[in-house]
Amino acid sequence: MSNYDIIIGLEVHVQLQTATKLFCGCSTQFGAEPNTQTCPVCTGMPGTLPVMNRKAFDLAVRTALALNCQIAPFTKWDRKQYYYPDLPKGYQISQFDLPFSHDGWLEISDPKGKIEPKRLRIQRVHLEEDAGKSMHDEVAGSADSRIDLNRTGTPLLEIVTQPDMRSPAEAKAFLTELKLLLTYLGVSDCNMQEGSLRVDGNINLHVHTDAGKIATPIVEVKNMNSFRSVERALTYEAERLWDVWQESKQKLGDVPKQTRGWDDQANITRGQRHKEESSDYRYFPDPDLVPVTVSSERVAEVQSGLGELPAALRTRLETSYGITPYDSDVIVNQGRAAADYYLAVADGVADGKLASNWFQQDVLRTLNDRSLTIEQFGVPATALVALLKKIKGGELDNARGRQVFAAMLDQGLSADAAMQALGFEQVDESELVALCQEIVAANPKIVADVKGGNAKAAGSFVGMAKKKNKNVNPARVQEICLQLIAQM
Amino acid sequence: MSMIHSTATQLLQELQASRLSSVEITSAYLDQIERHDPRVGAFLRFDRDAALQQARAIDERRAKGQPLGKLAGLPVAVKDLLTSTGELTTCASKILANFRSPYDSTVVAKLKAADAVLIGRTNMDEFAMGGSTENSAFQKTHNPWDLTRTPGGSSGGAAACVAASMTPLSIGTDTGGSIRQPAAMCGVTGLKPTYGRVSRFGLVAFASSLDQAGPLAWTADDAALLLEVIAGHDPRDATSVDAPVPAYSQSVRQPLAGLSLGLVREHFAAGLEPDVEQAVREAVKVYESLGATVKEISLPHSKYGVAVYYLVAPCEASSNLARYDGVHYGHRTDEAAMHAELNAKRKQLVAAGKHAEADKLESPLVELYRRSRAEGFGPEVKRRIMLGTYALSAGYYDAYYLKALKVRRLIRDDFDRAFQEVDFVIGPVSTSPAFKLGDKVDDPLAMYLMDIYTVSANLAGIAGISIPCGFSRGLPIGLQLQAKPFDEERLLRAAAMYQTATDWHTKRPTMGK
Ligand SMILES: [Zn+2]
Repeated sequence: MSNYDIIIGLEVHVQLQTATKLFCGCSTQFGAEPNTQTCPVCTGMPGTLPVMNRKAFDLAVRTALALNCQIAPFTKWDRKQYYYPDLPKGYQISQFDLPFSHDGWLEISDPKGKIEPKRLRIQRVHLEEDAGKSMHDEVAGSADSRIDLNRTGTPLLEIVTQPDMRSPAEAKAFLTELKLLLTYLGVSDCNMQEGSLRVDGNINLHVHTDAGKIATPIVEVKNMNSFRSVERALTYEAERLWDVWQESKQKLGDVPKQTRGWDDQANITRGQRHKEESSDYRYFPDPDLVPVTVSSERVAEVQSGLGELPAALRTRLETSYGITPYDSDVIVNQGRAAADYYLAVADGVADGKLASNWFQQDVLRTLNDRSLTIEQFGVPATALVALLKKIKGGELDNARGRQVFAAMLDQGLSADAAMQALGFEQVDESELVALCQEIVAANPKIVADVKGGNAKAAGSFVGMAKKKNKNVNPARVQEICLQLIAQM
Repeated sequence: MSMIHSTATQLLQELQASRLSSVEITSAYLDQIERHDPRVGAFLRFDRDAALQQARAIDERRAKGQPLGKLAGLPVAVKDLLTSTGELTTCASKILANFRSPYDSTVVAKLKAADAVLIGRTNMDEFAMGGSTENSAFQKTHNPWDLTRTPGGSSGGAAACVAASMTPLSIGTDTGGSIRQPAAMCGVTGLKPTYGRVSRFGLVAFASSLDQAGPLAWTADDAALLLEVIAGHDPRDATSVDAPVPAYSQSVRQPLAGLSLGLVREHFAAGLEPDVEQAVREAVKVYESLGATVKEISLPHSKYGVAVYYLVAPCEASSNLARYDGVHYGHRTDEAAMHAELNAKRKQLVAAGKHAEADKLESPLVELYRRSRAEGFGPEVKRRIMLGTYALSAGYYDAYYLKALKVRRLIRDDFDRAFQEVDFVIGPVSTSPAFKLGDKVDDPLAMYLMDIYTVSANLAGIAGISIPCGFSRGLPIGLQLQAKPFDEERLLRAAAMYQTATDWHTKRPTMGK
């Protein structure tokens, strides 16, 4: 038994993929020249007013429903007030005590068995506007900072989980599943490099003692720039917290909540300066915006338009396509477009397993080797269906099938054209039977071996048949020869 | 009657009949400004050439028979709180002394679309905080009826320029009485529309849930004309209401039959000057003679109006004014001097071995905020920012802001009940006529209490109008009528009825020279 439990909760910020910002008409496109995607409203000019982007709100509701959240029938906007140069109004429009959604959950599982399947609770999901970006120009030796307000006002979803994760691996699994869900929904590209997904973690330990479990002070970990660094940072922090506990025996409440930043190079967390004054944001309802009401009809409408989400798709693949949980997990985790490709192939060839094998071994491998997305992949699903039908029908064996696949991929050919290019022709059944009759008749010794119980001996017929006609299907040759011998 | 003593409605008829040109009218008002404004101080800025250029363009278009807007050729003054593209919008504050707006407020855009001649920008209390226009960072405005007195505020310039016949029409804003009170003190008509009737887009926010822009003019007819132009739903203001805009100017002269008025018991308590009470009671008699029935009503929570207002407004203001921090626009402290001072102080402390104290020095960024704001804001603005910041702080929010919101609801409920009984609430605008400049500068509380009859309309979001109803020792007295939300059409007709029966609104101050 271990000495302690790790308790982790996450706060995830996700930029919503809207054409325009949350409270003005500016574009949210990433990567434009600094301060070119701004207007009087998002730069906080005197006299300007925010007007809610209904589309952003709808996207937020969509996401919350996919996270199994309750949607509040009445929600409002609050001002979170603090001073910073990248916050031109001196407050951020956010949601304080009445978030638009709350009390949801997301299930994580891992068919590879690293973690147990688990339902992680979500405390709340709220919508807010993003701040701008500060670029501190310390290299030049001057104290100047540059501010880019392009990002200011981009819709940002804050997802707060309950402290339900018991290991850094679970935290990573949550993020992976969340990202997959968001990409299936098409609400965010979840690009951590571009800042469209940001994660902070809250972690502490429940130490096992003779007097029961004791909670240690909570630490907030920031600056984690990839899912991998989330796992590493939390692993590091759990170990650090254990060391601190052994030294100090500090309990939850003994010291104020600490904020630490992850240093990806040094592989450590560092304490960040504690700012007492930053704690009071003086939240109050934004008088420039009207409360938003969401009817139960609207919720039902959005719910019905959610489409098939990853968890449901995994179940469907297992039950309707007869593939293993492991395989369905691999397929679904590739994203909606790749899963759709698999479904088209499996439906076309009417064989989930065959499609799964080819999808994983050939399609995915090619995508990985060539760093392609499924959209860039050169073999359309219909073309692959045509190839797999030939394999399933016995026209091609797997080895020749792979040769055909390679030709289809590299030369953009259909299955038939690729076969033709390779000189693969289907051998007529009567021709095949005649050929088999010929070699069976010519090899009484092998026939005797087979009759004597050594069925494997028939394997040598294949090589003989191939010498006479390279297009024969080996399996079929063996099958026919055995039949002929049985009739003798 | 001379041109500048005509009403806007009369001038519009002259323009439409081509008996007068906009250039003639605009010149006459500009002459009046040049002659008298050095002593009145109503305008922060006016530009003769720019105004005449607008007038000339409109005259030319009229000559060509082109379609023109509803105010074509009429001068309108705008309070320096509403943005106008490329122009200074200072809010009478040092912190915005150099701020040129990159966009038009909806009110200004509507005035431009109506072919008004924007004649100048009027003085006000800094960020509309005050009741005497003495809080302007730039100049005092004097009451045209007595130059030793204030014009009221915060739209003091907006009221004084109409009273001094420097413009026929003027736009003010009203957060707690800032149109009605100066209108009363300057003897003109001023209307605060229902919250949501006029777009706030481009109205530099003081208290967002209370602010409304509205017209000031000589008569209810003229106020109707101007309101008709600036009212209406605006997709850029989420709090503006999508309700049709009646043709106020067409119906304003139709008298109302069977009018019922409510006289508020609580309005006639200690503090109300006898002359003002007398004038209001006389006005009530006029209405009675016009067939109105008058009954006494009660607004039991109105006594909390000032207290509620001085929580809600500063709370919102403390937040709305956070953006003036010297970073993106407006006044910024002298950075070189700041850095030099900070460095010197740090060196001194380090040299004295006081490292802990040196560490406690603020960062240059925090210091930039502090200095820019300390230098840019005047004392009344700072007072309200501090009040609001305090009341919104953790641990105080429920006791102050939240409680104020609850009482605000009760005040609105009082009015809802009253308007089930009567058409309009009638009463005084302020406890006294215009007071002496400097009289209440050192007594903020006395200044706040002046708002006692006006703040409730803002808290309840209803419409109110101030019309001249008499004089006390040569100083105008205002009568206030308040109406239920979006009842401006009938409110203006009620005011016009009174003005048809009386001539207080025709009195002009003698400007001398
Ligand atoms: Zn914008």
